[in-house]
Amino acid sequence: MLILTCPCCGIAADETELSPGGQAHITRAGPGADDAAFEGYLFLRTNPRGVHFERWRHSMGCGKWFHVARCTVTLEVFATYTAQTAAPPRQVVDEIIARRPDWQWESN
Amino acid sequence: MSDPVTPLKGARYDGFCQITEIGPRGMIALRGDLVALAGTLRAVAGLDMPCQRQVTAAGGNACAWMSPDEVLLMLPRPEVEGALAQLAAALQNLHHLAADVSDARALLRITGPLAREVLAKLTPADVSPAGLPVGELRRTRLAQVPAALRVIAEGEVEVICFRSVAQYVFDLLSMAARPGGEVTLFRA
Amino acid sequence: MSTRLATGGRLIVRTEPRRFTFNGQRLRGFAGDSLASALLANDVMLVGRSFKYHRPRGIVASGAEEPNALVNLGTGPRFEPNQRTTTTELFEGLTAQSQNHWPSLEFDIGAVNAQLARFLPAGFYYKMFIHPRPLWKYLYEPFIRQSAGLGRAPKDHDADRYEHLHAHFDSVIVGGGIAGLQAALCAAETGQRVMLIEQTPDWGGRAPVDGDRIDGQDAADWIAATIAKLSTRPNVTLRLRCVAVGVYDHGYFLACERLGDHLPGADLPRHRLWRIRCKTIVSATGAIERPLSFAGNDIPGVMLASAVRDYIVNFAVSPGDRVVVVTNNDDAYRTAIAVKRAGLDVPAIVDARPDGGGALMQQARQLGIRIETGKAVAQVRGGKRVSAVALCRQAGEGAVTETIPCDVVAMSGGWSPVVHLWSHCGGKLIWDEALACFSPDPTRPPTGADGRAFVTTAGAASGLLGCSEVLADATKVGIALGGATPGAMLTPNGSAVQTNPLLPVWIMPQGAAIRRRGKMWLDFQNDVKVSDVQLAAQEGYESVEHAKRYTTLGMATDQGKLSNINGLAVLSGALDAPIPQVGTTTFRPPYTPVTMGALAGEARGGIFQPLRATPIQQWHIDNGACFEPVGHWRRPYCYPKGAESHADAVKREINTTRNSLGLLDASTLGKILVKGPDAGRFLDMIYTNMMSPLGLGECRYGLMCGENGFLIDDGVVARLGGDTWLCHTTTGGADRIHAHMEEWLQTEWWDWQVYTANVTEQYAQIAVVGPNARRVLEKLGGLEVGKTNLPAMHWMEGRLADIPVRVFRISFSGELSFEIAAPAAQGRALWDMLLEAGAEFGVTPYGTEALHVMRAEKGFIMIGDETDGTVIPQDLGLGWAISKKKADFIGKRGQLRRHMTDPDRWKLVGLETPDGSVLPEGAYATAPGRNANGQRHTQGRVTSTYFSPTLNRGIALGLVLHGPDRIGETLEFPRLDGTIATARIVDPVFYDKQGAKQDV
Repeated sequence: MLILTCPCCGIAADETELSPGGQAHITRAGPGADDAAFEGYLFLRTNPRGVHFERWRHSMGCGKWFHVARCTVTLEVFATYTAQTAAPPRQVVDEIIARRPDWQWESN
Repeated sequence: MSDPVTPLKGARYDGFCQITEIGPRGMIALRGDLVALAGTLRAVAGLDMPCQRQVTAAGGNACAWMSPDEVLLMLPRPEVEGALAQLAAALQNLHHLAADVSDARALLRITGPLAREVLAKLTPADVSPAGLPVGELRRTRLAQVPAALRVIAEGEVEVICFRSVAQYVFDLLSMAARPGGEVTLFRA
Repeated sequence: MSTRLATGGRLIVRTEPRRFTFNGQRLRGFAGDSLASALLANDVMLVGRSFKYHRPRGIVASGAEEPNALVNLGTGPRFEPNQRTTTTELFEGLTAQSQNHWPSLEFDIGAVNAQLARFLPAGFYYKMFIHPRPLWKYLYEPFIRQSAGLGRAPKDHDADRYEHLHAHFDSVIVGGGIAGLQAALCAAETGQRVMLIEQTPDWGGRAPVDGDRIDGQDAADWIAATIAKLSTRPNVTLRLRCVAVGVYDHGYFLACERLGDHLPGADLPRHRLWRIRCKTIVSATGAIERPLSFAGNDIPGVMLASAVRDYIVNFAVSPGDRVVVVTNNDDAYRTAIAVKRAGLDVPAIVDARPDGGGALMQQARQLGIRIETGKAVAQVRGGKRVSAVALCRQAGEGAVTETIPCDVVAMSGGWSPVVHLWSHCGGKLIWDEALACFSPDPTRPPTGADGRAFVTTAGAASGLLGCSEVLADATKVGIALGGATPGAMLTPNGSAVQTNPLLPVWIMPQGAAIRRRGKMWLDFQNDVKVSDVQLAAQEGYESVEHAKRYTTLGMATDQGKLSNINGLAVLSGALDAPIPQVGTTTFRPPYTPVTMGALAGEARGGIFQPLRATPIQQWHIDNGACFEPVGHWRRPYCYPKGAESHADAVKREINTTRNSLGLLDASTLGKILVKGPDAGRFLDMIYTNMMSPLGLGECRYGLMCGENGFLIDDGVVARLGGDTWLCHTTTGGADRIHAHMEEWLQTEWWDWQVYTANVTEQYAQIAVVGPNARRVLEKLGGLEVGKTNLPAMHWMEGRLADIPVRVFRISFSGELSFEIAAPAAQGRALWDMLLEAGAEFGVTPYGTEALHVMRAEKGFIMIGDETDGTVIPQDLGLGWAISKKKADFIGKRGQLRRHMTDPDRWKLVGLETPDGSVLPEGAYATAPGRNANGQRHTQGRVTSTYFSPTLNRGIALGLVLHGPDRIGETLEFPRLDGTIATARIVDPVFYDKQGAKQDV
């Protein structure tokens, strides 16, 4: 039962006030995309043991989407940040590296 | 023109707190850039734009912060039509959305010294005096439905929920306020 | 025999007698008794039967770890099985019955299993009941079901109420013994908001029973003083009768408070489930004594040494006149001393250690107790209660040296810290060689959202057993909670006793023969013996998790609180691997069983789930509507009149609507405002067809797909203004589609200037349908709704009978139809006026079934009937609603995937039976040949099927291979009863193909 702080309204929300939205920072593949790109967009997801980026919606609250960087093993939350970005902001990446020195950001 | 009918027709339950349906009340959902809307809000309703999770109130009107781009303007129901027209006129050149939601919601009031713990039985939100200060609006859930909670003053809590689940929320609150279930969790 | 002592008993109130019954026998106890102590006070030693062999079972323990003494408690709506007598408080009028026997507890036929024990070894069920497979259904399953379960299942509705309570603290301290009290006191001093919970009705834990002294006073006095201090602090919440359920991620903690168990019938919630969020959980949960494995250790009268002491000191109950103590450590000497001081006899202390114990042994010797060191119990003699113990050397194979008559055997194999709460979220354990137990490893705690430890242990739960060590540990932990430096607060001065080290003893005697090992119980409830675990190891179940499931060790309702460590030690011996390498099974919540009622909380009866009501709901209820669930709504299915059948009501509603006038409460339809400079562009992405060019005042039917191309919703869109559209969704789609729109706006096109608002509940919506629809609106007056002023697929707004409305000329029935949206608070008034004005036309309200039939007659699809998450618009002949011009829309790329463009996809057609009968719902059309599993090939299925009163015959819609190209062909649809229905493929529009009726 996670607690995630919604960056839009500042509430440390209970997991039951939130709705999960799966892996974050996936680039949309539209009509021009080839089959492989579209398959990647629609179906392929990472399943890391460790640092993971996710989308959540504060559905029983302010209704806004936001991003979460957390560890899938320990459930440590590195940061919650705006949904209006295609990649984790620099300071989020730095925060993760400070706590997980072996990790590095790789965009999809 | 028929008079507006509230979903529970003013229902009331007396437990260790009192649960009462209140309203009708005029409510306008207003979305837009809150900074840009502030002047219009002041002109139309005489209210300051609330900061995050706050409620501003003056002269029987109130404005509650709902999200970074939405506030809920509360005013007497007969004034809604006029306020919407004023907003539309004032905001012609500003991207915004204003919608009458007066009838989309139900309003319930919990009164009694243990009002906070009636909430605590139903919401995961921290409703202690420190967690939910007087004057703040907390959007959360009550059992299985979304709701907004506001401690008007100690011993007086207002609950806003969707109209269709008014009976469910009334029954939830009544069950939570049933004598014998007092906890006295929040000591003054 | 067991009996009540004349004096003593720190927890009982002798002036307050309590009457109760056990198996119909009327018995007496006192306030403060547990059911177990009251039973023992009445010489009830035999309280139940074990699960597999139906062996006689007596009370072993005095707390939550009790595996044996489970009873059926209460009657009727307060009946509950498997209640532990050791944690059940005695109350006036309590009724209890023993479990798992037939015909009676004393004489149980099932006990024959014990004679067959040789033939019912570990894994018996797996070995026996696997072949031949056909025997499963008729022989094995009934047999296993017959033997399954201990207590009876309750039959009545639960008479009690339950509730949840969400609470937020800095820290929760679990366990009201001296460790918990001291930790709470220190934490409270640092200003922490603290909750301290204790599972029993009394504070203090073991210290008062064990004779500990703190700061020169009796532990009981120190406890009372500490509670008095804590009670005055506003930052401390104290709860007795509150048991920890489990520790979950991010400091989520569940505890169950028993408010009404001891006060049945009181107008209280019976249980309150505390749902707590806190920064730190302190597990001051103490330790549980381990049994010793010797032959006959399951005979009633063999008890934990600590339990014998508890019954004497706390309840003034003597479990027997002659108590033989068997031990491998010093602590059990306390029991011998307590027994002796109560005026009872201790014929011998059997200490497996060659050199015996320390100071307590000297004390026992001074009391004149005979001490046999290096000795073991070869066998306990007795049937339904202990009659004697045979002694032998611990180091040998069990040659009996002496037999000592006795009533009780008090055993102690050492103490295991209660590490459950530490372990629930992944706290790791280390093997403590000195105490022969697993203790929390403070270097590998469970961590929370911030990456820091959020569970810590104090006192015996840390693996510290002495009073002074416990208090020092608790002080350190308590202060650390507040972030202060340890040492800033005085540690109370706890008494210390010199002890000798424990000797790990897993089998007694160590060389016992198989004959004896087959009588050494590990798991008393599930009948798992030392020989079973050894057999499991021999048969290759080397992982502790496998051995557990193979033998069922630790899988009973007590979850192995007594048996786990002994079991894995035996496994480790059998595998010749060190214990830490064998490891433990996983500790999972709940710590002790929790009632379903507590978990459900308020969610039962009328508020089991939210039921949504439209502004017109009360009219439907008052007028006898029969309801059907649509999402959380309850929509009228039909409105039967008098004794009318549902089918007849539906027929009447359709005929009246098609011939004159019908009203539908359509308030549940989703209504979403979409506004902004980019709203048109946005809707062109959301819908498959074009919405941006819609003219002011116009309506258009649109389809929405997911990115995979499948249909997710449909509905009519109206252009309300220059930058404003109103999107109607299906009843079930309102919240889902609003969320879908917000997701795209917030996470993909966040730079587009669009706002949405879900205004579904702001409006009551009433469909006025039928040839007289216009006339009834004209009667109400206020709007010009003629064909030229308000053509089909247009909308207008104004006042109807002085109610502000929007009128949409849209039809889902094929009739002339107006959907009128009015503010919800005036919806009922409008409905009443329409009924009144419609009376002269014989108006009928109609329900969802009539709605469904009428739309099917017109060949209109219904989301959820024709679609199931695998259907694309092209399958449904809706290609016309898919824009070819648009470069992109959600689902466009998905619909280009090979499988979506496959010409062999099943497509929508109408189906008609030759005899007019109704096709079965969901039936499949068979095709020649069979697949690899011997099943018929299929070539289509029925998606909607109804009796059409308009056509007076059955009609159906279905998806069929190459369907639209096969009009006139006949398909076969097997029914469930084996007969076959046939149907001809026809056009999906059955009624008014030209649309003449709605175009008036």
